[in-house]
Amino acid sequence: MAQISIDRLVLGTPLPTLLLQRHDGLDTIRNANALARDIFGTEIVDKPLFKVLRDAQIFDMLDRVFDTQTNQTCRFQRDVARSTMYYDATAIWMGPDQAVVQFTDLTDLETANQMRRDFVSNVSHELKTPLAALMGFIETLLGPARPDPVAQERFLKIMNQEAQRMNRLVSDLLSLSRVEETQRMRPTKTVCLNDILTSSLEVLQPTAQTNNVQITTQGLDQRVCILGDWDQLVQVFVNLMENAIKYGGPDNTVVLTLVGSVYEQTLRKTCAIVRVKDHGPGIDAVHLPRLAERFYRVDDHRDRKTGGTGLGLAIVKHIATRHRGRMVVQSQRGQGAEFSIILPLAAEINGELVSSS
Amino acid sequence: MVNNHIASAFDRDLDKIQAQIMKMGGLVETAIRDAATAYELRDLDLAAKVRANDKTIDQIEETINDECSKLIALRAPTAIDLRLVLSVFKVSSNLERIGDYAKNMAKRTIVLEGLANSHDRRLGLKRLAREVELMLKDALDAYVNRDLDLARDVIARDMDIDQMYNALFREFLTYMMEDPRNITPCMHLHFMAKNLERMGDHVTTIAEQVVFLVTGQRDEDERDKGDMTSSDPEMSKTSKG
Ligand SMILES: Nc1ncnc2c1ncn2[C@@H]1O[C@H](COP(=O)(O)OP(=O)(O)O)[C@@H](O)[C@H]1O
Ligand SMILES: [Mg+2]
Repeated sequence: MAQISIDRLVLGTPLPTLLLQRHDGLDTIRNANALARDIFGTEIVDKPLFKVLRDAQIFDMLDRVFDTQTNQTCRFQRDVARSTMYYDATAIWMGPDQAVVQFTDLTDLETANQMRRDFVSNVSHELKTPLAALMGFIETLLGPARPDPVAQERFLKIMNQEAQRMNRLVSDLLSLSRVEETQRMRPTKTVCLNDILTSSLEVLQPTAQTNNVQITTQGLDQRVCILGDWDQLVQVFVNLMENAIKYGGPDNTVVLTLVGSVYEQTLRKTCAIVRVKDHGPGIDAVHLPRLAERFYRVDDHRDRKTGGTGLGLAIVKHIATRHRGRMVVQSQRGQGAEFSIILPLAAEINGELVSSS
Repeated sequence: MVNNHIASAFDRDLDKIQAQIMKMGGLVETAIRDAATAYELRDLDLAAKVRANDKTIDQIEETINDECSKLIALRAPTAIDLRLVLSVFKVSSNLERIGDYAKNMAKRTIVLEGLANSHDRRLGLKRLAREVELMLKDALDAYVNRDLDLARDVIARDMDIDQMYNALFREFLTYMMEDPRNITPCMHLHFMAKNLERMGDHVTTIAEQVVFLVTGQRDEDERDKGDMTSSDPEMSKTSKG
């Protein structure tokens, strides 16, 4: 093929493509299309290949291409600003001293795999810890503690706690997967946030009492309706208030506020806002961006007693997203924490103006 | 004319050697990544692959040393050119050491598989390995592009590695005190963390070579080691080779 046509082919290919020239055992980039320059840099033409990418697989592949005069493929990965890009690289033999290399981006696929692996490894770790404790106690009960009723009672209590911990984890995981299943289905029923909040409060009253926490409310006397999933929304507010009670500490107050309608700049919609504010120790700024990650817990809350699964806020965020809404956290160390759920109003979701009072 | 010809032949030889260095660097980057993945996923085949690939790394180092010796003998480089060739020696020997540490991690992964450990949370070591891998990437990028700023950044990041290592060390120590059955597995985990921390030191040496190449001087301020344990991992403990 004439050199001009090869160059035109390289430039016109809709995949990142390099044209390499091999001379005296060294490969030089002779041409590169815009997509390849996006990946490897704008000034790569005429540079030796080793200055542009450093991957033994690619070097070996090119040796094979020139040795056997055949086309070859290999996997190739590259770190860009701390995140990894994955490619399939195909090298086409173009003659004794030229080869074309094309890259297919597999990053999305690989990232999805990685996330699944992280998730599985987290779940197994979280399940294994209580399970190992249970097995240890069973062993003791069958062995050394068999004749000791006092020890038995104590161990059974701990075993009960551990079993409940596993139970919480499994039900949170199930909720999460159910929410994920419905993620793309818009809720169609009209529900009223004031009713949902009243119901969530009833669920939490016992917990609040045990911890001697006072929950005060604002704005619950107005009717504020959205298109929503009743059970999921109850779950959102129960999770948030439970956190406020648990992490806000005993003998404290939690304020639950319902704001009927505000224009939300970020969502460009008129929205309702539900705020849950506690007066506990708050959350350090470094943790804020990661709170809704699965299994993320602030270090000092990792201990067994608070008994969290680290899935609560992940569930909250998913449900908010399904309702086309957002979760916003405001907190500073020592200033308490405020979690806001912003939800577009019913009328706005339908795109028509309906009075909701 | 004649001079020019000699200079460019030298450059060409040197480029070929540098291409080898980059290939070696790529292999070592892969070795770190694969050693960490093998550990994370308990992938013993991958661990075995890391061990096998270390031979290739050693071979390239030998080739590089031969080529460098030839280059010095043949072209008798002076001043700056000599500095370049010597830096190649230094970089390749540090890469070779890093490869050894990755191999050692892979060995311990295989040993660990046979041991029960209730505290084997695999994310901490993985994160440390990732930092070291990125540090090596930047060090090699800095070397190839003679990028002084990037090299100094790498040198500064060695402190983070030391801190992450110290945190892991404390974590493993807690587990060992909690339950004596954790001692053996946690010793292996600790040595793996230590391997990574040592890799960080070798990466730093590579970055220091870049500083030396570009400025002709070594940076003054002594590196802060920040290592509170001061025990060196006995690489031979899991049997050598
Ligand atoms: N109101 C709050 N005050 C302080 N920390 C909080 C609060 N709410 C959540 N957190 C922190 O965020 C983490 C994640 O919360 P969540 O996802 O509900 O998990 P869990 O409560 O099961 O641990 C908690 O472990 C806690 O460290
Ligand atoms: Mg919670």
